[in-house]
Amino acid sequence: MTAPHGRALLHLAAALDQQAAYDAASHVELAQLAERGALDFVTLGDSFARPGLDGLGVLSRVAPATGRIGLVPTVTVTHTEPFHVQAAVATLDWVSRGRAGWRIDVSTTEREARLFGRRHASPEPSASLHALWQEAGEVADVAGRLWDSWQDDAEIRDEATGRFIDRDKLHYVDFEGATFSVKGPSIVPRPPQGHPVRVVDATDGPARRIAARYADVALVRVTGPAQARALRDELRHTAAEFGRSPDDLRVLVGLTVDLGDGECAAEPGWRSPLFERSRELGGGGGGSRQSAQGPLYRGGPVDLAELIAAWHGADAADGFHLTPVEPRRDLERLVNGTVALLQHRGLFRTFYPGSTLREHLGLARPANQYAVAGGAS
Amino acid sequence: MTVRPRKEIHLAAHFPGVNNTTVWADPRAKSQIEFASFEHLARTAERGLFDFFFLAEGLRLREHKGRIHDLDVVGRPESLTVLSALAAVTERLGLAATVNATFNEPYELARRLASLDHLSGGRAAWNVVTSSDAFTGENFRRGGCLDRADLPHSRLRSSGGTPITRAAEFVATARELWDSWTPEGLPRPFAHRGRHFDIAGEFTVPRSPQGHPVVIQAGDSPPGREFAASAADVVFTRHGTLEEGRAFYADVKGRLATYGRAPEDLKIMPGVTFVLGDTVAEAQERAAEIRRRQISPQNAILTLEQIWGVDLSSYDPDGPLPDIDPDPESTMVQGRVRVGDPLAVAEKWRTLSREKGLSIRQTVIEASGRQSFIGTPDTVAAELDEFVRTDAADGFILVPHLTPGGLDEFVDRVVPLLQERGAFRTEYTGTTLRSHLGLAQPVWKG
Repeated sequence: MTAPHGRALLHLAAALDQQAAYDAASHVELAQLAERGALDFVTLGDSFARPGLDGLGVLSRVAPATGRIGLVPTVTVTHTEPFHVQAAVATLDWVSRGRAGWRIDVSTTEREARLFGRRHASPEPSASLHALWQEAGEVADVAGRLWDSWQDDAEIRDEATGRFIDRDKLHYVDFEGATFSVKGPSIVPRPPQGHPVRVVDATDGPARRIAARYADVALVRVTGPAQARALRDELRHTAAEFGRSPDDLRVLVGLTVDLGDGECAAEPGWRSPLFERSRELGGGGGGSRQSAQGPLYRGGPVDLAELIAAWHGADAADGFHLTPVEPRRDLERLVNGTVALLQHRGLFRTFYPGSTLREHLGLARPANQYAVAGGAS
Repeated sequence: MTVRPRKEIHLAAHFPGVNNTTVWADPRAKSQIEFASFEHLARTAERGLFDFFFLAEGLRLREHKGRIHDLDVVGRPESLTVLSALAAVTERLGLAATVNATFNEPYELARRLASLDHLSGGRAAWNVVTSSDAFTGENFRRGGCLDRADLPHSRLRSSGGTPITRAAEFVATARELWDSWTPEGLPRPFAHRGRHFDIAGEFTVPRSPQGHPVVIQAGDSPPGREFAASAADVVFTRHGTLEEGRAFYADVKGRLATYGRAPEDLKIMPGVTFVLGDTVAEAQERAAEIRRRQISPQNAILTLEQIWGVDLSSYDPDGPLPDIDPDPESTMVQGRVRVGDPLAVAEKWRTLSREKGLSIRQTVIEASGRQSFIGTPDTVAAELDEFVRTDAADGFILVPHLTPGGLDEFVDRVVPLLQERGAFRTEYTGTTLRSHLGLAQPVWKG
């Protein structure tokens, strides 16, 4: 999908993560703010080791209080049941009427493993990460199959034959993975989007192949546009190797943003490649440096808009996933400053033309893999 | 002589489920999946000042003769996710999710339930169920490692060397997690080492508004009763006659003292259906029509096959019952509980059919159940009240047969009469489900 002047549409997402917020109201408020900016989606990080409520539950609570914005909780797959995870994500899609996504992540630590007492974290971290992402790929795979295990027209309510469903349109998935197996079909009928949007942070090697194979949105943490472009090219290339159209994958640059300094001069970290490159590309006076969560942008909302426009114009990314360091303050500045400016320049939507997250992202509703193969339950 | 204060009825609404109680062929019947249906029913229940809204669970689609059962409603969304969304469109209504303890882990489920309690301002409830069949297990990691102690009918107490069930330890462990933060909001590490769980760490959720979400236990078996008496706040039981209700009520309440609990600490709520009419005769006519819709010709044969355990598709639903005997060893039906003694049931049904001259379908309609309360709003209100006043129940979980409008008439016509009788609240006085049910805040065990 392209904008009138031939450039791909810009996609923007924001993280709602707050320090120790256990209430519904603050999450609803932030999501509504992001929706005012017509952002594609909001994310809510989650792990069994982070203080906070169940992320998918929180975004389900947010769903009826919002109307258009995509809702993407992190749901980890290492200690959870794949069958439950896919059912919960499908249900989020139903309660939000087609706005659900799922950020897939793994649990790497022994600390998390002890909360379940079922398996241990591997003592050898790199081998462990590889195996965990292998498993995550299998979970992503089986989730797609289970979402497809009901064809869209399976419910028939045929009074003449007394049948509620046409069972030829329901399918066993008979999935055998390395660490689990699932019979199927799902308990939940195929969700409104067909497949809720799968999001994977593709920065680390083991996750990158999984992202290329299964993700609709890949997040990358990079230090400059050249690196972003290289990663995006690699992801698109690998996706094609897996038989996917590279255009079915959106690559968003993950950036932590601190807009607290207004339009002041840049931080000590301003000499970082991210900043310098953004200058070369026409970025403004804001600065960025690496933080634990990835690169940090510190500066004003106007310069952030410059940076986003420059990177996007240079085909370094399909968009940005922005994590505000102070959600209330920074999200407001992001929406009223950065987004407003991008909209003013015609680079970002001013309203939602579609109603589902897939529509915001310009991604087609996927065909059902079982419908294509023909029905035999 | 002391006068006992008038017992108030507790009411809950069951979203129509996947058995043949739900009439899906009615022109008024809407989606079983879309959020609008859940919202309609939950808002109706809240308008009626109900204690809570209840969702059942299924983890594997039912099968009949090796194929997915297609005659009743099939499929549903996942309970806790739906209830989290319903928390946004209701303010006081309790939100109860059925979640299987066999195919979950305490840390994750305790966290999801505590999250719902926070997100709803103290309205969460958990209906604890177990299932130990390998059939359901085929959808789960745990499916391959079920052990006998998962079975709900193993002994429940850890004393005397008999094993505690996984479900009982699961609930106890969840309570430890819910207690792990201090009431002042300080997280503290927990460690649980038991027969089924050996876990340690820190819970990520502060103590929730209710302290512990309300725990519901479904089922009538003796171990189930014992478990309810030891650990549950509400029993979801089968509805029977007034006498059966009183006997069950007395039995379960009588078990509470052993655990240092008072009779009012556990509410007994049978699941019931109802049919209303302007006259009793009209209500009965409507009830008969609903039964005919619930038992389609195909459903009559299927019901029979569930008892006989053999293929009866060649039989005419409008003809006589089969004279062959049931196969007690049959595995034809998967994903639902089979009747206890198929031979005896078959004999009973044959007798019924012979005596009244009933066809297969008529026999199934006659024998397989009736609506619990049929009458005018007035007679139904009086009957409900009698059950509660005479200690056959503390309240009811109403199971409407229509999605999503099946509760509308009850709320509009019966609730006001219950209120007039002084048997039901006229407003919510508290904000939490515990306060609606008159349950004390659990004591924090630090």
